[in-house]
Amino acid sequence: MKVLVTVKRVIDYNVKVRVKPDNTDVDLKNVKMAVNPFCEIAVEEAVRLKEAGKATEVVVVSMGPQNAQEQLRTALAMGADRAILVQSEEALESLTVAKILAKIVEEEQPGLVIMGKQSIDTDNNQTGQMLAALTGMSQGTFISGLEISDSEAQVVREIDGGLQTLAVKLPAVLTVDLRLNEPRYASLPNIMKAKKKTA
Amino acid sequence: MAILLIAEHDNTALKSATLSTVTAATQIGGDIDLLIVGSGCSAVADSAAKVAGVRKVLVADNAAYDHEIAENVAALIKELAGSYSHILSPATTNGKNFMPRVAALLDVGQISEIISVESADTFKRPIYAGNAIATVQSLDAIKVITVRGTSFDPAATEGGSASVEKLEQVANTGLSRLVSEELAQSDRPELTTAKVIVAGGRGMGDKAHFEMLDKLADKLGAAVGATRAAVDAGFVPNDYQIGQTGKVVAPELYIGVGLSGAIQHLAGMKDSKVIVAINKDEVHRFSKYD
Repeated sequence: MKVLVTVKRVIDYNVKVRVKPDNTDVDLKNVKMAVNPFCEIAVEEAVRLKEAGKATEVVVVSMGPQNAQEQLRTALAMGADRAILVQSEEALESLTVAKILAKIVEEEQPGLVIMGKQSIDTDNNQTGQMLAALTGMSQGTFISGLEISDSEAQVVREIDGGLQTLAVKLPAVLTVDLRLNEPRYASLPNIMKAKKKTA
Repeated sequence: MAILLIAEHDNTALKSATLSTVTAATQIGGDIDLLIVGSGCSAVADSAAKVAGVRKVLVADNAAYDHEIAENVAALIKELAGSYSHILSPATTNGKNFMPRVAALLDVGQISEIISVESADTFKRPIYAGNAIATVQSLDAIKVITVRGTSFDPAATEGGSASVEKLEQVANTGLSRLVSEELAQSDRPELTTAKVIVAGGRGMGDKAHFEMLDKLADKLGAAVGATRAAVDAGFVPNDYQIGQTGKVVAPELYIGVGLSGAIQHLAGMKDSKVIVAINKDEVHRFSKYD
């Protein structure tokens, strides 16, 4: 089973954001950028599925400027096999991102798509659910537990009152919450290897 | 203009977040229809019909909507959407689950967690964990919006006289099914609507120490919340979490114990009226409010 994972380049979660003087946007100049923390958890989960023999290939995709390559390389260093960058200098809305992802899903035919539940910049919490709608796939959102069987994924979801377990048919779109796993640090040899992987 | 409002309920009564969303809908203007969707949820209709400002209550009570399975609920809302200019839902984990799916099925965007209504198509919403506020205008024919409950006062639960209509159509995609649900049982007030909240962080040390906060909360009639660190450490369950990705609260009194006030936590509680921080650790005290 091929697993598709999405990665977004965002301001590092430790940075205090500043609004531009003209109030048009947040100032992104000379600010440390990083992989959205939720996306990092999604990559980790996909790599663990591969290590457990449940996934055959982990493909990461990102949309953004040329230097979003840095975040894709981080994902490759964590253990993803291949990366796709859809280049765009403009900020893309969730629905646009979901539509582009739907095209990629059509071409790549993954058995599972794993995404972060939200990005810590726009805090929208939309793209995964939208992708599921556009592709007609089932959705498991805000998950903190995952077990894969032949035709289903059993997911534990963090909901307002506690925890909920759903069985969702594969292929599915899953969006991950904070407690699903603790992402690994990429080792130096793996960072070097990641430079040779295809992006 | 007409607004379809998807109610948050527990099969017996409306949740307070629904009433706050009714207020947001009133500010947008137009007729407000309330959709009660679920399995065994018909009992909610009577009290929903009394909420001030509601024109009609639509009830979709079917096993297919048990626990508001997103795929089925979204398919139903898509069927109903044609006669509305706005579709609103509280930004609860239910609303956040099915609303983006509704938006994509309708080929429109979604505006998440609005905190104010500027006009019928323009809204304010927090971004970057509430460190910046974006003013967003929607150009879509149908505006799909989730509403942050703590930013709007609840609508009156009396005074309305809406008609109740049962919906016969059933949307069942067969994509997902419920396996089990573990809901926390507590006699304390609900976190998002509590007047007083006692919250603890990693500084509480362990589960046994955290339980001291439970006792304090019971004396104060307060709800108990926690930071992500305290939840991750296993002191308390996930539904205690307050913050950017947890619950957003705005009590009259917030007492934070053994927590440092990370920006991600502040994002969930900074609208509290009075904030009391207790921390003997000089390095990690609640610095923003010194």
